Amino acid sequence: MLKKTLIGLAAVAVVSAATTGAAYARDQIRVVGSSTVFPFSTVVAEEFGKTSKFKTPIVESTGTGGGMKLFCAGAGVQHPDITNASRRIKKSELEGCNANGVAPIEVKIGFDGIVVANTKQAKPMNLTLKQLFLALGKQVPDKSGKLVPNPYKLWSDVDPSLPKTKIEVMGPPPTSGTRDAFNELAMEGGCKTFPKLAEMKKADEKKYEAICRGVREDGAYIEGGENDNLIVQKLVANPNLIGVFGYSFLEENADKIQGGTIDGVAPDYDDISSGKYPVSRSLYFYVKKQHVGAVPGIKEYVAEFVSDKAVGPNGYAADKGLIALPDADRKAVRDKVLTWTPMTGDEVK
Amino acid sequence: MTDTGQRNDWASDEMQRRIARRYAADSRFKWYGIGAILLAMGVLVLLLGSIIVTGIPGFTQTQVRLQVSFDPEQFGGSLKGKTPEEVDAAIAAADFSGMIRTGLQSIFPDVTQRRDVRDLTDLVSSGARQKLAQIVREDPGIVGSTVEVWLPTSDDVHTIVNGSMERDVAESDRRLNDKQIAWLETLEKTDSIRGTLSSDFFTGGDSREPEMAGVWGSVVGSFWTLLVTLAVAFPLGVLAAVYLEEFAPKNRWSDLIEVNINNLAAVPSIVFGLLGLAVYLNVMHLPRSAPIVGGLTLALMTMPVIIIAARAALKAVPPSIRAGAMGLGASKVQVTFHHVLPLAMPGILTGVIIGMAHALGETAPLLMIGMVAFIVDIPGGISDAATVLPVQIYLWADSPERAFVEKTSAAIMVLLTFLILMNAVAVLLRKRFERKW
Repeated sequence: MLKKTLIGLAAVAVVSAATTGAAYARDQIRVVGSSTVFPFSTVVAEEFGKTSKFKTPIVESTGTGGGMKLFCAGAGVQHPDITNASRRIKKSELEGCNANGVAPIEVKIGFDGIVVANTKQAKPMNLTLKQLFLALGKQVPDKSGKLVPNPYKLWSDVDPSLPKTKIEVMGPPPTSGTRDAFNELAMEGGCKTFPKLAEMKKADEKKYEAICRGVREDGAYIEGGENDNLIVQKLVANPNLIGVFGYSFLEENADKIQGGTIDGVAPDYDDISSGKYPVSRSLYFYVKKQHVGAVPGIKEYVAEFVSDKAVGPNGYAADKGLIALPDADRKAVRDKVLTWTPMTGDEVK
Repeated sequence: MTDTGQRNDWASDEMQRRIARRYAADSRFKWYGIGAILLAMGVLVLLLGSIIVTGIPGFTQTQVRLQVSFDPEQFGGSLKGKTPEEVDAAIAAADFSGMIRTGLQSIFPDVTQRRDVRDLTDLVSSGARQKLAQIVREDPGIVGSTVEVWLPTSDDVHTIVNGSMERDVAESDRRLNDKQIAWLETLEKTDSIRGTLSSDFFTGGDSREPEMAGVWGSVVGSFWTLLVTLAVAFPLGVLAAVYLEEFAPKNRWSDLIEVNINNLAAVPSIVFGLLGLAVYLNVMHLPRSAPIVGGLTLALMTMPVIIIAARAALKAVPPSIRAGAMGLGASKVQVTFHHVLPLAMPGILTGVIIGMAHALGETAPLLMIGMVAFIVDIPGGISDAATVLPVQIYLWADSPERAFVEKTSAAIMVLLTFLILMNAVAVLLRKRFERKW
């Protein structure tokens, strides 16, 4: 009996492997990419699955870079149809894509603000980009303008007007797109305010980037989960802790945490949408031209995603924390994407 | 000689002090041990306690009582005597949101402003439409009548009602505005709000609406994945162990294999994920995100554990059994499969179950092969896209909605229940069947 069971199990394994190994046609859209776009992409997918005759698309959270790699690997049903991105496609990625016979169609869906927040039990942390850079930079200029490893322990060391509390910031890890955007927009933004460092950009761009986007590694900056609802609990438990994360977490937890102003602008919907809030970025997804029409439902899914019902200011994706594009831009995006024109390569530098 | 006499003088003060020190060291060590255990227990209780306290509301659903009239006009006339296809078509065309809106407006007749009506309907979950559709599908004869139904509320109402979101804060700081709170309080006064055990949590697939999100999709995904793992790892692992233990010559090669198997058992699981990606997806072109690939990947990870456990169990069978069977004329294969393997089976099964429990809790290798994904449909087989329980926990922990905090803990409790069950079975097998020689 024992032998039969063993042999039977092995036979099941072999047969099942053989049957599913055969080539299969796909009737379900596959989406990969950014974990920041994931909440919006999934809510559209779910609504699309409920209201259309197509199956609910499968959305994977692989990160922007990982998604690009999978997306650009080739055209054909074993490759995903759409990739989400929390930044624009890079020139090198686009070239790689084209070399593999993939022509992406770019769709901009809205904005995401990166907020600097703390618990409501403490005073709001109102900072400037310069103060943020001085508090978190790996190397910062001292009074004489010479670059030194970050000496600041308390916020009041950075600027006497700030509270006398320890610098403790919890933010996304280097693997995340949110961190890339934070480094580029907040850190570099603050770095540029020093004329000497701004000059360096022309002279030695590599060194400039290393200094302006370098985050200190002495424990003042704690790498937390990137989009992690535990961060909120940690902020509540430790009033001195400052969190860096996406706007949707602030919106969902506004009873417990508050966003500080950056350069005097509060992270609210209108100011992020208009671009006044300095630390905001655009979110995109890319559709594979070759799959449009080949995998059923792609056209309809994209149409759903760019509709006002989804990404408009009162849409259901906006309900999940997506910040809508201005009306004119949204219409332009919609008109353009429905012509299904792939990127030429001139859009990105 | 006087020397030794002095040395053996146990009664001397010097000696007594040393003895006292020794006893003190003994008892100190005992207390260190007890302290370590108490600390570990304390941490465990804290962890489980916080998960249970946060997770309990996750099993519940807040519902609102509504009078819904299934207007025949919406369905193109009565559905009595229609074929199932016609019923489905009528359901697809019906405006269930409208019926919910009418039901709410019958309670709050003075809400007429467009914006207010929107706020009012936002109290009810967007999943309520599916609930109504399901009611009609089950009983098409209901069309034309008005019935009282309990429909799920939105997650914002749920968190306010169960207190995980505070209601006494400034309007801009909560997800519901003052008007919505006032409506909610009216409903609460008339007992039209209740909390019940959420059937959606146990029977549903994933959803972006916390009140509709369920673990069933991922439980089924875990089941298919583990089935494949078991089907591959168990026979291969046991046969490998039997060969290595009973048949293989003891030489440098078998030593090398043994060392490698032991090493393999200690390889970080993400490495198996990369291997799975390279072999199953890129070379064999198996479908992405499917339990077949996840199961095969986890089988690679579990196999060394099974081989090691099975070898230990085989080694524990005394040689006299083998010698006795041989003496009666059994062949080597007969000795192994008729006598040694059955006696070793309880030990082997314990190892297998613990290996499977390990595989059940794994997420890292599944990331590489696309099982960390948002999948709504319940997988129907090993080649359908699926996710597994720990991945579901990870995805929910990453979601911004407040109500997902409790869903995360509730899903952890479900996973822990399965793990405890599996380990209990392992202990039971060992207690019942293991033989000591």
